[in-house]
Amino acid sequence: MSSTRNTAGLPPAEIDTFPKLLEYQRRTRPQRPAIREKDFGIWQTYSWGRVAEEIRDLAAGLFSLGVQRGDKVAIVGDNRPRLYWTMTAVQAIGAVPVPLYQDSVAEEMTYVLEHAEARFAVVEDQEQVDKLMEVMERCPRLEQIVYDESRGMRHYTQSFLHHFDAVQSEGRDYNKIHPDFYDEEIAKAKGDDPAIILYTSGTTGKPKGVILSFDNVIKTAANGVKLEQLTADEETMAYLPMAWVGDHIFSYGQSYVAGFCVACPESSATVMQDLRELGPTYFFAPPRIFENILTTVMIRMEDASWIKRRVFHYFMDLARRCGTRILDRKPVSASDRLLYVLGNLLVYGPLKNTLGFTRIRLAYTAGEAIGPDIFDFYRSIGVNLKQLYGSTEASVFIAIQPDGEIEADTVGKPAIDVEIKIADNGEVMFRSPGVFVEYFKNPEATAETKTPDGWVHTGDAGFFDDNGHLKIIDRAKDVGRLNDGGLFAPKYVENKLKFFPDIKEAVAFGHERDFCAALINIDLVAVGSWAERNNVAYGSYQELAAHPQVIETIKGHIEQVNRDLAADPRLASSQIRRFLVLHKELDADDGELTRTRKVRRSFIAERYLPLIDALYSGVDHAYIETEVTFEDGRKGMIKADLQIVDVETAPTAPAMKKAS
Amino acid sequence: MYGDKHIGDTLLKVDNITLAFGGVKALTDISFEIREHEILAIIGPNGAGKTSMLNVINGFYHPQQGRIMFRGAERKAMRPHLAAKQGIARTFQNVALFKGMSTLDNIMTGRVLKMKSNLFQQAIYWGANQREEIEHREVVEKIIDFLEIEAIRKTPVGRLPYGLQKRVELARALAMEPDLLLLDEPMAGMNVEEKEDMCRFILDVNDEFGTTIALIEHDMGVVMDISDRVVVLDYGRKLADGSPDEVRANQDVIDAYLGVSH
Repeated sequence: MSSTRNTAGLPPAEIDTFPKLLEYQRRTRPQRPAIREKDFGIWQTYSWGRVAEEIRDLAAGLFSLGVQRGDKVAIVGDNRPRLYWTMTAVQAIGAVPVPLYQDSVAEEMTYVLEHAEARFAVVEDQEQVDKLMEVMERCPRLEQIVYDESRGMRHYTQSFLHHFDAVQSEGRDYNKIHPDFYDEEIAKAKGDDPAIILYTSGTTGKPKGVILSFDNVIKTAANGVKLEQLTADEETMAYLPMAWVGDHIFSYGQSYVAGFCVACPESSATVMQDLRELGPTYFFAPPRIFENILTTVMIRMEDASWIKRRVFHYFMDLARRCGTRILDRKPVSASDRLLYVLGNLLVYGPLKNTLGFTRIRLAYTAGEAIGPDIFDFYRSIGVNLKQLYGSTEASVFIAIQPDGEIEADTVGKPAIDVEIKIADNGEVMFRSPGVFVEYFKNPEATAETKTPDGWVHTGDAGFFDDNGHLKIIDRAKDVGRLNDGGLFAPKYVENKLKFFPDIKEAVAFGHERDFCAALINIDLVAVGSWAERNNVAYGSYQELAAHPQVIETIKGHIEQVNRDLAADPRLASSQIRRFLVLHKELDADDGELTRTRKVRRSFIAERYLPLIDALYSGVDHAYIETEVTFEDGRKGMIKADLQIVDVETAPTAPAMKKAS
Repeated sequence: MYGDKHIGDTLLKVDNITLAFGGVKALTDISFEIREHEILAIIGPNGAGKTSMLNVINGFYHPQQGRIMFRGAERKAMRPHLAAKQGIARTFQNVALFKGMSTLDNIMTGRVLKMKSNLFQQAIYWGANQREEIEHREVVEKIIDFLEIEAIRKTPVGRLPYGLQKRVELARALAMEPDLLLLDEPMAGMNVEEKEDMCRFILDVNDEFGTTIALIEHDMGVVMDISDRVVVLDYGRKLADGSPDEVRANQDVIDAYLGVSH
């Protein structure tokens, strides 16, 4: 550990809950920033000392409102300091916070509220209050709602609604009369008490409530801090849903353990600007976001003057050649090294500044496979982007790419204290301090997922490569067989397709079929920009998706993928023979994607059955009517006549003999 | 939710207004009133004289006959900037913003009338002037927050889509902290979602700040939904004046909109 960085070391082990950690940070670094929020265009910063006070008042306020030990408190809203404070305040008085996805529709919210038996809810604003009031009838247990943003709430006179400030001021009074209340309350909790219930969005079936204990979250967060040598000087941004385990570990767990500062963006629309102003040192984003950032940069470069374009492309070529090697501290020729310094001055530095990555020390991506081009782009300009593999049941960390040993198509080596084994059926299993307690009120599912000796089924199929890096190919249950016995790994194929900027989503079919076929979603930004440059007129997504030239381009991409697949004898059978371009974007509101934007394969197979039948029947057109749900909940119909295209497959490479 | 709103006394009253351009009579003998805290919609077919009416209230046109009472006092010959000083703000049918300036700067221009310091003092930006500017900026930031346009704070207005430009224009009008807000087709050319947003903002402005609003709008759904009273014009004459339900049932209005067989 270097002495210049603000390292006080990890908190001692007896500090085993978040309220206790908060007290520890209050004593250790009372003046250091704990959390920031952009309000009225200005960053407002709260120190650890201030946060501890706010939470003390809030905890007593919630207690006065009737929150009891063991109660569940729902938290709904964008990332806001006050909602993070609510988590600690709730934990301080022995209740359990249950964050919900803030963009879920009332229906989904009802299920979680009901299942979690939430008696209280703390929400961000009028929008969420309205949503909860709509479902209150169906959630008889829900008693009181606390809201943060008072805008638009003036005419709400219901006695079960309380403003955040009022609750806090009630708590302040309570604390004055009972000065020992808070300290006594937080002393009652231990490390193995439930800390939080996180509902997994679930690619199949109803969401499951994953109970994580304080030990789970704190030990895993601390291991992550240790592995990456995070310090109290880190700055990070909290912009992903609070209901997602990643945000809980990165923005809450690790911040409390290491004492670093978390910033909440002004609104979901300003994330990129706020990122640039803040310049975080530690950043997490799903591949999708890294991809969007890159696409935006590339599109803007297309519009630059030719000289700028030349300089940009020259240095990007250089970066591709030696950038990642420099980052990994591998040998690079002196002339390239010198040119890279110049490139840093002219291109990489300004580019990183535009993206908000000037100070970045560590960036993670996870959730889906990231395209090798995108991954290498960030690494080549000096952003230490790493993939990790994790799950809610593991409190995130299962495997992480170690510094200097990055292989783009693996997820790295087991994280600290994590054991990984591959089951006989190819499924990845792990055991770690982060292994969840149980699924709330669902012992069957718990028993299915977690063995008595603590191993957890991930449901993912994978293997270790020769260097001991874990490679994930697909969901274990999705790996299928074609009728001729060939292996069919749909996600592997889909990811290869999605690495083309023109393709936003792909859904492959082939299990118990004669060959592999795919439904394709074009990317409106990338294809739209192409259409603009080539004077292709279109009025809607549907029209663009059906354009013959677009279909031709997609066909080219698929042929490329087929050639790649053919190179690996094990996967050659998964080559795509027929495809069609869908007339609408797959959407979470229609149930086609999960809230974390993963494809729900079986649902799509059912919904688009006529299209899939057509793919396997030899016809060249398919007619479909689809019901769509708009953001406000109204429904409409889209009709389309879709073209089905045949693709050439590539000859399989001769199988390499392996010594057995 | 807005039922408990308190509609007050007459804020502005137009009496027998007649406006002609040469031989063309744009407005003939029009009288109606705008009451405090209400949302009044002025509707009518194309060329009915709606925008002319707003221009008269705004002091841009000077009617040949009739009088305008504002807060109980008769208004003499009026210029637009005097109307603005008295607390009347407006937006335009065709967005009238400074396209090269950022959203923030555009909204700041709405504060100009409230600034005490002169150009020279502002250039020095020190002491009292600095404090003044910070105060104005705070008001503007509250409006930006209110209208949810944080993401475009620093974007040149010319680069924004039309729907957002309309919202920026509303923001600039609000920056004047007006008593009476005139909106000329605030929802023209918007898609359904943008319209819904704009409706909500108009209702919120009315509700939060108690601002009296007179608006011109073609979308009948919107008009009937959000306004407290409706004035109907046709060929420069007033056809009807009343609550949305009354107006909807009025035979003259139905004839004007659907046409009558002769």
